[in-house]
Amino acid sequence: MSIDSVFVHKMWVDHEISKMVKKGVPYPMLSDVGGKVGTAYGVFDDVAGVETRGRFIIDPDGVIQGYEVLTPPVGRNVSESIRQLQAFQHVRNSGGTEATPSGWRPGKLTLKPGPDLVGNVWKVWKTEMERD
Amino acid sequence: MAEEIKAGCARPTGGLVGEEPPGDKPTEAKEEKKEVKSMIMIGRKAPDFMAPGYFQGKFINVHLSDYLGKWVLLCFYPGDFTFV
Repeated sequence: MSIDSVFVHKMWVDHEISKMVKKGVPYPMLSDVGGKVGTAYGVFDDVAGVETRGRFIIDPDGVIQGYEVLTPPVGRNVSESIRQLQAFQHVRNSGGTEATPSGWRPGKLTLKPGPDLVGNVWKVWKTEMERD
Repeated sequence: MAEEIKAGCARPTGGLVGEEPPGDKPTEAKEEKKEVKSMIMIGRKAPDFMAPGYFQGKFINVHLSDYLGKWVLLCFYPGDFTFV
């Protein structure tokens, strides 16, 4: 979503994006001319008149689980967004019985919070497990 | 002759002639506006919105609530053709 019109979105796809992504953009490119949606989400810069790089993870109930906002010159990391999405999905599927430690990826150890784990995380989780 | 501007990631925008340039002290009215700026809090409902969109050759209208039951990544960015 940006402050560009849908016509500009089309031109960008036709003239540039289509040269990078073969089948075009696989999701809707939304237009927020005037920045009303961006203002509600706290990412519209009313001095520059543009949206900043805000990214929100919204769960199936419409609840915001996480967000990240960057200033314009620095791009995001798509694999980190996917990692977070997988972690939120795992936690949701566990019914809230599991939590994912720092650096978690699918297949890695999760934590099951409870009285027995208090003060004992060091026994099951090592700092080197944070890295890939 | 129009002044050439440096190309950057933030898209330059127009404004009224004689308008205060950015960086000046905010007026009281501007400060009031900022208090109601964001409705965002993690763990709370995302504000629903309706927005026109471009999707695979068609112009469409999208409500965020169309996606209830699915996971959504909502991404904002400064503008088309802004390099990053």
